[in-house]
Amino acid sequence: MALEERIRALRSKKDILLMTHIVLGYPSLAVNRRVIKAMVDAGVDLIELQIPFSEPMADGPVILKANQVAIESGIRVAACLDFAREMVQAHPIPFLFMTYCNIVFRHGEEAFLDRAVAAGIKGVILPDLPPEEGADFLALARAKGVAPILIYAPTSTGARMRELAGHAAGFIYCVARKGVTGKATRFDADLAVYLGRCRAATSLPLAVGFGLRSREDVQFLTGKADIAVVGSETIRVVDRDGPDAVGPFLAGLLGR
Amino acid sequence: MNRQGYYGRWGGAFIPEVLHETFRELNAAFAAAKADPAFWTGYVDLMATYSCRPTPLTHCPNLSRALGGAQIYVKREDLNHTGAHKANNVMGQGLLMQRMGKTRVIAETGAGQHGVATATMAARFGFACTIYMGAEDVRRQRPNVFWMEKLGAQVVPVTDGSQTLKDAINEAFRDWVTNMSDTHYCLGTVCGPHPFPEMVGYFQGLIGQEARRQILTACGRLPARVYACVGGGSNAYGIMSGFLDDSRVELIGVEAGGLGLDSGRHAARIAGRHGQAGVAQGYRTLFLQDEDGQMQDTHSVAAGLDYIGVSPILADLAEAGRVRFAAATDQEVLLALDRTMKAEGLIPALESAHAFAHAFKEVGELSPEESVIINMSGRGDKDIFTIAHAFGDPSWQAFIRERGREYGA
Ligand SMILES: Cc1ncc(COP(=O)(O)O)c(C=O)c1O
Repeated sequence: MALEERIRALRSKKDILLMTHIVLGYPSLAVNRRVIKAMVDAGVDLIELQIPFSEPMADGPVILKANQVAIESGIRVAACLDFAREMVQAHPIPFLFMTYCNIVFRHGEEAFLDRAVAAGIKGVILPDLPPEEGADFLALARAKGVAPILIYAPTSTGARMRELAGHAAGFIYCVARKGVTGKATRFDADLAVYLGRCRAATSLPLAVGFGLRSREDVQFLTGKADIAVVGSETIRVVDRDGPDAVGPFLAGLLGR
Repeated sequence: MNRQGYYGRWGGAFIPEVLHETFRELNAAFAAAKADPAFWTGYVDLMATYSCRPTPLTHCPNLSRALGGAQIYVKREDLNHTGAHKANNVMGQGLLMQRMGKTRVIAETGAGQHGVATATMAARFGFACTIYMGAEDVRRQRPNVFWMEKLGAQVVPVTDGSQTLKDAINEAFRDWVTNMSDTHYCLGTVCGPHPFPEMVGYFQGLIGQEARRQILTACGRLPARVYACVGGGSNAYGIMSGFLDDSRVELIGVEAGGLGLDSGRHAARIAGRHGQAGVAQGYRTLFLQDEDGQMQDTHSVAAGLDYIGVSPILADLAEAGRVRFAAATDQEVLLALDRTMKAEGLIPALESAHAFAHAFKEVGELSPEESVIINMSGRGDKDIFTIAHAFGDPSWQAFIRERGREYGA
């Protein structure tokens, strides 16, 4: 089933879905394996697997550091692809790749997509690939059944949002504020107005990320978006309290 | 350029969505400024009264005689206010910021020259200013950190990655995506996403326009060759752009050979053929990277040349065969510096000394009726600690120890 339909099917049973994020190889694939299991057991609906890159321009300090440590400890792109296949086979939820252009280009765009398809990956997020530069890649991904997830920002105009939607599939990732990942976001009226603009610009499901930390944040988004995204905060939890703390943290977010 | 911001296969604007509007605004402001003849006149006037333009073209009779080849001329970008060609770009972008109504400027810096120039511009125009600098470069270029702070800028040492220029660029982008409504990112070289390569090249083009006029006045004919060092490529493109249409003038870019091209410790992306096509920091060019696409550590005695990428404009000119690339090692650079100081009383920056070093190797092939121009992109006083260390200067070391004692170290 294509990603958009999977999301709609899941959404028909829940008011809001939860997507989490993992940096592959940080601190190790072995720990990633345990964390992903804890996430799935806690009821997470989708997981973003970030293939580390040495220059993660759109990421804040927590994810930046995770990228660097992972690369220093020797993670390779081939190992990320193998690991993704293993996770897809082990867990019945959609997995996505998030990485930067250079990783994909260096591997070869088509070869990368073919390997992603073979691994069972459902979508790909490249925050440094606007459609002006990547229309061909985005079309190729759609043709191969890997949904290209495009990003809306609070600075995007309505016209720009509609244009982006034309290149996207699966869902749209709405960043909740200006800036990079990891800093706190104000879940307030301005955000609600922005999400209303996002909703008006596309019929694709909406995910909202950047700065989600608490049960209240998720509750705020319920009814305004389809997917709440938690990124840096789970890395902080693993760093601070270890992989076993992830389950309780996510259960708390979901109010279970 | 066939497509927006492309030079052959290189260039483009690989930017996060949040910056889309910011770039639209910047492109529009730059296009309007370029179309307004008063803007360029105002720029040239500002550079004449605030900096030292036109900078002279200096004949070097002693070096020319000693090397027994072409007449050596040096384009004196070191005489710019703040001591490097960086001032040209920065004052131009400052004028553009005024047009756009921005009140805060951020910049990255490697050698610190671009940081000092930006801090100076901010003081002059009344902008708030934050400079990102790799922690390793903060250590190497301490005198420039001191000046930036005295000029009123906040210097933020970047402790990620290799703690050099590329990491400072990433950090500046992170600031920009949060603060773009009042902030301009004054990128320091002909790299990064469109329109930066074009815009920085436009302002630095002043060097080449002057140099061409000056050499014709001095020699009555064009030079055989033009040499310039290449970090990102702004001083090189700046001087070379004046001669691009003169097909008989050979253009040579000199990269950092570090400990040697086979050592893996250098920053020669084109000369060593170690650079591979890639996309990072918002543009497509040749990067020093591994098979997975991870950027590699670079090395140079000159912080300003210690960079993973290279101007998309120069990558294209290299591919077209219009610019030839070479590299000079750290050791060759120190010898060239020593020689230039003693023979002519000129003190080139370590970056600029790369161009001197390679020119010295080649001028013997030419005849005394011919001339070459070396672009002296900056002056070397910022490098006093590095140079004193490299030469192992005992009296300087004694002085540092003494000062350390005075400060209770
Ligand atoms: C004196 C000097 N020359 C050259 C460079 C290299 O930059 P570019 O290649 O953009 O001229 C720098 C950079 O900091 C510099 O300070």
